[in-house]
Amino acid sequence: MPRPSPEDLLALQATARRVRQDAVRMIYTAGSGHPGGSLSVTDLLTALLFREMKLDPTRPDWPERDRLVLSKGHAAPALYAALAERGFLPREELLSLRQLGSRLQGHVDRNKLPCIEASTGCLGQGVGMAVGMALDARLAGRAHRIYAVLGDGECQAGPTWEALLAGAHFRLSNLVVLLDRNFYETDGSTEEIMGIEPIADKFRAFGFHTLDIDGHDFSAILAALEEARRTTDRPTAIVARTVKGKGVSFMENKSSWHGKAPNRAEAEKALAELGAELGVPAR
Amino acid sequence: MKEPPRVESLRDAYGKALVELGERDANTVVLDADLSGSTRTALFGQKFPTRFFNVGVMEPTMMSIAAGLSLTGRTVFASTFAVFAAGQAYNAVRQSICYNRANVKIVATHGGLLVGPDGGTHQILEDIGLMRGLPGMTVIVPADAPSTRAATFAVAGIEGPAYVRLTRENLPVVTDGTLVVGHAQELRAGSDLTIVALGAMVARALDVAEELGRVGVSVRVLDLASVKPFDEAAILRAARDTGALLVLEEHTVLTGVGALVASTTAENYPVPVRRVGVPDVFGESGEPWALLDHFGLSRERVLEEAWELLRQRGKVQ
Repeated sequence: MPRPSPEDLLALQATARRVRQDAVRMIYTAGSGHPGGSLSVTDLLTALLFREMKLDPTRPDWPERDRLVLSKGHAAPALYAALAERGFLPREELLSLRQLGSRLQGHVDRNKLPCIEASTGCLGQGVGMAVGMALDARLAGRAHRIYAVLGDGECQAGPTWEALLAGAHFRLSNLVVLLDRNFYETDGSTEEIMGIEPIADKFRAFGFHTLDIDGHDFSAILAALEEARRTTDRPTAIVARTVKGKGVSFMENKSSWHGKAPNRAEAEKALAELGAELGVPAR
Repeated sequence: MKEPPRVESLRDAYGKALVELGERDANTVVLDADLSGSTRTALFGQKFPTRFFNVGVMEPTMMSIAAGLSLTGRTVFASTFAVFAAGQAYNAVRQSICYNRANVKIVATHGGLLVGPDGGTHQILEDIGLMRGLPGMTVIVPADAPSTRAATFAVAGIEGPAYVRLTRENLPVVTDGTLVVGHAQELRAGSDLTIVALGAMVARALDVAEELGRVGVSVRVLDLASVKPFDEAAILRAARDTGALLVLEEHTVLTGVGALVASTTAENYPVPVRRVGVPDVFGESGEPWALLDHFGLSRERVLEEAWELLRQRGKVQ
């Protein structure tokens, strides 16, 4: 893929801003959800869905499509908003998040929403499912690629490391693991609760080609994904250093915003910082 | 004197059936977690090395990998011991496989007390209850080698998740291998009492039924290999026809099929039901068949419980 032009980068930033706006609107309307990790992962999801991945919104079941597994399934609002922006679901549907009967479950559900590749939510299982998909693609002789987006809290879970071991053992060069390294989990800082650093060294030691980048810098994200494509002997891990709650000053680097919805005043303030009106009815 | 029935290995039957499936369907993929010699998936691995993945000791992630492998339409078998498949990996089975409706067949060997000397850590007595509680999961517990073969083909033919529990010990051949998912097979006709059994306890049920038959008591035997879907109609028919049910299971009585049979009859057609299973305790090391006796599943205990039901029904003094 050609290097992104300055215009491309500006367009991605604008898209990510709209995704963040919608994610906050959705969580406000739902009255619950996970704003911190949705806002930190938005740029990674935007880079994947709008630039990196081979996708066709008119054919969510296209066999050749690239696969995205959101292992940190609680960042569902960001993914739904990005998928809507990409044309996979109507934007009007977004405000149904977490309501009875909605396709937009609190954690992503492939049986309710067809463009979701894997249902996740309980942490530590996404990379394993992605490893299975990568093995399947290899067995089938298909060239599509598998992207697993991992949270840093999940790096405390044993099965994450089991799956990384397997990805390296099977030399799955069609697998890319992106770590949304936002440094906070529900109860506080990851390093105070159960430290995972030096995390890039750990991925390296597990056999992944590992890159350490700023997860809010689109040119860095796209360059890392490009390097992953050129890595044909093993899987790639991208440690994307991000800011929890990115874009909303009072949510940034606050674990208290891991799993809490803003009230109306907070939502209005958040949207103002993100450059838009809240524009949704009071809940 | 009748000849004792021949005993056969359920695990061998599984391994051979897997190889046949592999020959028939190139979309069959098999995973194991470092127990492929024991579970017999190694037979498949030798024949189809590219479609076999030994992932080592990572049972939860084996289930997630299996789910990921299945989503384009493959039939994926994942095998290990029952304590790891249903216990260690429970939440991966729940979310990666069942919640995703992944087409994964978990064939778990070494269920129950008959694991023997390895002891209580490895003798899972809760797996059937755990697996039966998962939405969309088919649960099969074959009584012998021919029905293990049939179960392997049957679960491969069903779209969606399945759990098959096998016994480590060789077991007497008691069925004709015509297992049908959702159907409790009547292995012996009878009108005074029904013994409902599954897995290794089916042979014991037939043995006791024969002994009672010699003194003029007519005992029906139902093989409840298909735990889920559950053949409620066959259970209620037995309740109506015979008026009393005795359930034999190598599983905790807390969450086993005895509780299921009792709740089904209580709701629909109340008759006396008694359960022979493991009480609320862990197992321990010992010779496999001695463990059944020790934990209250002996032939004598089954006979006592049968007579107790017959007394309750007024069929004997």
